[in-house]
Amino acid sequence: MRQALKIAKYEMLNVLKSRWIVLYALFFMAMTSALFHFGGGSARVALSLLNVLLFVVPLVSILYGTMYLYNGRDFAMLLLAQPIRRRSLFAGMYLGLAVPLVICFVLGVSVPFLVFDDGKNAVVVWLLLLAGLMTTLIFTAFAFWCTTCCDEKVRGFSVALALWLFLAVLYDGLVLVIAFALSDYPLDKPMLVLAMANPIDLARIIILMKLDASALMGYTGAVFREFFGSAKGIVIAIVLMGVWTALPLVVAARSFARKDF
Amino acid sequence: MSAIRVKHLSKRFGKLTVLKDFSTEIAKGEITAVVGPNGSGKTTLIKCLVGLVQPDSGEIFINDKEVRSDESYRRDIGYMPQVARLPENLKVRELLAMIKDVRGNIEAVDEELISDFALQKEWDKKLGALSGGTRQKVTAVIAFLFNPSILILDEPTAGLDPVASARFKDKLLRERANGKTIVLTSHIVSEIEELAESVVFLLEGEKKFDGKVEAFLAQTGETRLERAIAKIMTNGNLPTAVEVEVMKV
Repeated sequence: MRQALKIAKYEMLNVLKSRWIVLYALFFMAMTSALFHFGGGSARVALSLLNVLLFVVPLVSILYGTMYLYNGRDFAMLLLAQPIRRRSLFAGMYLGLAVPLVICFVLGVSVPFLVFDDGKNAVVVWLLLLAGLMTTLIFTAFAFWCTTCCDEKVRGFSVALALWLFLAVLYDGLVLVIAFALSDYPLDKPMLVLAMANPIDLARIIILMKLDASALMGYTGAVFREFFGSAKGIVIAIVLMGVWTALPLVVAARSFARKDF
Repeated sequence: MSAIRVKHLSKRFGKLTVLKDFSTEIAKGEITAVVGPNGSGKTTLIKCLVGLVQPDSGEIFINDKEVRSDESYRRDIGYMPQVARLPENLKVRELLAMIKDVRGNIEAVDEELISDFALQKEWDKKLGALSGGTRQKVTAVIAFLFNPSILILDEPTAGLDPVASARFKDKLLRERANGKTIVLTSHIVSEIEELAESVVFLLEGEKKFDGKVEAFLAQTGETRLERAIAKIMTNGNLPTAVEVEVMKV
């Protein structure tokens, strides 16, 4: 454990040295500030921000993560020849990557809210930060999965990009097609499962439950809310996102433990 | 006493069998050279010893500890890889400080090679900016840094300049005098002749010879190591005793 934290420390320093991650924080800062200047109060800012967040956070987390991990192979090989458990190295690398990404996201969003917001919708802001945090954890976990399962860089990047495209863009369309094609049947339960099967949908549900913007909720979200109700729905969505973080991490950790370097 | 015991080790990469039922014992306090043509499985064997590659079957004991049971056996190992791949954006100083910090024992470090290689002048350069040979010097320093009882070196001198190579070999001989066990691979026959007491000969993943250098020469019926090695590489096997007698006639 101590070794994992030490490795995480060095990974973090390394990540924070790169300009990309600073740009990422600045992007959210600029975006949030701009949204405040357009007016409409914190609820509307949060809503607009949500739509940006659901595209950008997964994309940056998975692509930056994949890139970083392929570049970090040398680091991994060097440390694996030392008396360090593979599990510690894996944990250290995950924390070292996910924590700076979370910090940059949280700073980028929360600073403008602290400056411009009146604090009436504090709960929504907290949920927004939570959704971003969980999405970061999930998609960096996906990045680990992509890089440990594909030795080839190009292939790993393709899988990462395809995964993002599917979950962030194609999934909603697919759900609509299914709903349309099977509109004669009762679809509540299948829709519920479809909502749970996409971490980005879950992140959206967390915020929209609180925002009363059902028009933006989409089919899956509406069913989710109807089924679980607001408070319970949020808790369940958060738990499910935890499961979504653990799942790719466990798979990646297993193949990392058996990997040949 | 053997420092390393390998029992029935096999490893395949996909369809390619890299090591076939390989067994050996490496004596304590000796320099053992692992010899064989390119692609014969030397590096895979060495990576199995270090734990970078996980064998499909077989066992490895290092100082009587089973390699797969836990990672603590690597405290006794200094490893120098064939290709020096190091984190590019770190400075030499930062890299060494990091490894010391992660390992956690900063007393009793052996930094002799830093002055031997005159690495102080590269201290504040990023590893990505260093030449291949200089990076290799850095990996050599790391291998010796924690005074390990076993040194596992994969073509250690292949990229070094003559001066560095000579200093490195001096260091190896000093360490052997200190009772260290050294396993190395090399294609430079004169180097093996100069350093090694024992030879393990690999061909297409199979062990063809394992023993003292003199025995190796005697069995191949040659007086020079270079010819002995060339003979096995072309024949694919050691000549039998009868064949040796015939050749002498």
